[in-house]
Amino acid sequence: MLAALTASLVALPLQARDTIQIVGSSTVYPFATVVAEKLGKKTGKTPVIESTGTGGGMKLFCAGLGTGHPDFTNASRAIKSSEKKLCASNGVTDIIEIIVGNDGIAFANSASANRMNFTPLQLWTAMAEHGPKPSTWKEVDSSLPDMPIRIMAPPPTSGTRDAWNSLIMKTGCKKAGKYDELGKKKCNSFREDVAVEEAGENDTLIVKRLAADPQYFGIFGFSFLDQNRDQIQGSTINGVEISLDNIKSYKYPISRPLFFYAKKAHVGVIPGMREYMNEFVSDSAVGEYGYLMDRGLVPLETSTLSKVRSNVKNLNPISM
Amino acid sequence: MAGSNSSFLKGRYSAEKRFKLYGVFAVSLALGAVIFLLFTIFSTGYSAFWRTEFQVEIQFNGDYLGITQESSDQEVREANFLGLFRKNLAEQNNDVPRRELRKLFAMFSESAADDLREMVITNRSILGTTQKLKVLASSSVDMIVKGQAPREIEEKRRVLNDFQLGLLDRWTAEGRRSSSFNHRFFTNGDSRSPELAGLGGAIAGSFWTLMVCLILSFPMGVAAAIYLEEYAPKNRLTEIIEVNINNLAAVPSIIFGLLGLAVILNFFGLPRSTPLVGGIVLSLMTLPTIIIACRASLKAVPPSIREGALAMGASKMQTILHHVLPLAMPGTLTGTIIGLAQALGETAPLLMIGMFAFVVDIPAGPLESATALPVQVYLWAESSERGYVELTAAGIMMILIFMALMNSFAIILRKKFERRW
Repeated sequence: MLAALTASLVALPLQARDTIQIVGSSTVYPFATVVAEKLGKKTGKTPVIESTGTGGGMKLFCAGLGTGHPDFTNASRAIKSSEKKLCASNGVTDIIEIIVGNDGIAFANSASANRMNFTPLQLWTAMAEHGPKPSTWKEVDSSLPDMPIRIMAPPPTSGTRDAWNSLIMKTGCKKAGKYDELGKKKCNSFREDVAVEEAGENDTLIVKRLAADPQYFGIFGFSFLDQNRDQIQGSTINGVEISLDNIKSYKYPISRPLFFYAKKAHVGVIPGMREYMNEFVSDSAVGEYGYLMDRGLVPLETSTLSKVRSNVKNLNPISM
Repeated sequence: MAGSNSSFLKGRYSAEKRFKLYGVFAVSLALGAVIFLLFTIFSTGYSAFWRTEFQVEIQFNGDYLGITQESSDQEVREANFLGLFRKNLAEQNNDVPRRELRKLFAMFSESAADDLREMVITNRSILGTTQKLKVLASSSVDMIVKGQAPREIEEKRRVLNDFQLGLLDRWTAEGRRSSSFNHRFFTNGDSRSPELAGLGGAIAGSFWTLMVCLILSFPMGVAAAIYLEEYAPKNRLTEIIEVNINNLAAVPSIIFGLLGLAVILNFFGLPRSTPLVGGIVLSLMTLPTIIIACRASLKAVPPSIREGALAMGASKMQTILHHVLPLAMPGTLTGTIIGLAQALGETAPLLMIGMFAFVVDIPAGPLESATALPVQVYLWAESSERGYVELTAAGIMMILIFMALMNSFAIILRKKFERRW
């Protein structure tokens, strides 16, 4: 054992990495890990995946080229132009964008409570810092029950929060006629009293809390709702139920695509990168009956999927 | 006069009694909390040590697989064992309509095909025969059998649908359902299928991390302690060093993680997520513990030993190496083990250096990506699938057991070898 230890220490400078390294979004993590495991069974080398959040993943991904930096980063939103700039300044110029599927964001409560319907305007009114700050749902809208507002929300670092902001807070703010007056930043800020509570990235904890207290609502990805159907239920938004079909067609208003990004310069240097990308977009993974669908990923429309596949095949980089 | 004296005495006695009761109350509250904690962990986690299986007859059809007795391992690896397994299932359950077949397949773990493949790789003569095998059930089935997912709720909210529940009951009645010891929990790495996930990778990761930590911090700690205790002059500089060693022992561990991220990863460029980096970071934490323990035991060696050795003509180095250090060793080792046990339970610094990761392959050395025991528990606690709840608790049980083992080893060392003068 000591010999093994010293031998590997001596070999350190010569070491070339033969395992894929992936960082990024905690929303994509449950899907990426399944694909990684499948790949590992075929090749014997399972990619290592860190759940760092979308923003944290981009920072690591864009830090440079070479074996010291990750090969892929998962993202629950598209890469920002500031992140592209950071990448470019560190020599990471050819980035391949792969859309893997869709995700719906659930606004859920305990399965033992009544199922609710909300509009973006109602949700904005209930949650906004620069709104009327009502204390019960009835004050938000007389059609809603007389129940105190208690919402567990994701932290600002999460991609889920970004999507919630652009799909609910922004829309609701516009509906309230406050968008021009307040601007994007003020529209998006959550109130900081008992009504809205930032819960951290721990979705399991939110699910437990919802199940225990019927007054609470929580915000998280569709896969968590899917796996815990016996305890929680998703509210309808604008009368549309959160379901595979409604997310796929973007009828459900809080639907968003999920991504991962690859470094073109690493393909062919780190073994298995092509195979990983191919596995992720294969029919057995993201096809209509693919194994990622069992995990709560919502499939892409066929036309989008074939575009993604050709991007993977030709390693088409995004414009910087 | 006498009356006031006795009431004064009474007051003193009852104050004494109350004072004692506060102590009893504090102890029983702490004890109650520990018992409650252990009870919840054990009652949630014990079920992870067994897994539900179904007996299935598998015909190893070489023609279907396209392999023969003479096929190479590579050819066997590429054969379609998933197809073989599903074909066998479909044929044996020919009363199941085609559209329900997927639900039938979902009763079994994804590992079934891999298990069949391993069987053929180790023993080719199995080809062409029919074997009665026990095949691992899927996590959903396991949850229903163990009562951790409710049965008596409406179908669309249940983890198994009515058809699958019917199959489960039928197979149970036919005696095809059994449960066996979950050896995968100790041999497998992490997995996204709860029924396959194991602590093997995390145990190996923790082992390599602690080895690196021990190899770095023990010699350094002992050398520092010997210098400070036996050689260093008493002046301002050594005083400052001494104070800082004591302070170092109290620094929050996340700080060491940040240091590891900034210096070891970013400046020296050592590989992320490896036990090597984890061990270096944790050795910063154990170092002060070892130095303090070693110095205390060096101090406890009576001066007569040193003086005796010196009087016999031993040099200072000989005195230390032959007489003082061996006598101080039991105490030092005790401190080292307790320091390592602390390091074993440490999570925060490992999060910073990338050991908070999904790692399936079991690390064979300190340069391969790995997680550690507490990190693995945290990863499981965050997973959405219900099957990880019992795994999380079972993982905590394993950490507690390792801790208890290390601490009792330290106590035995101390009781057995420590000399008192």
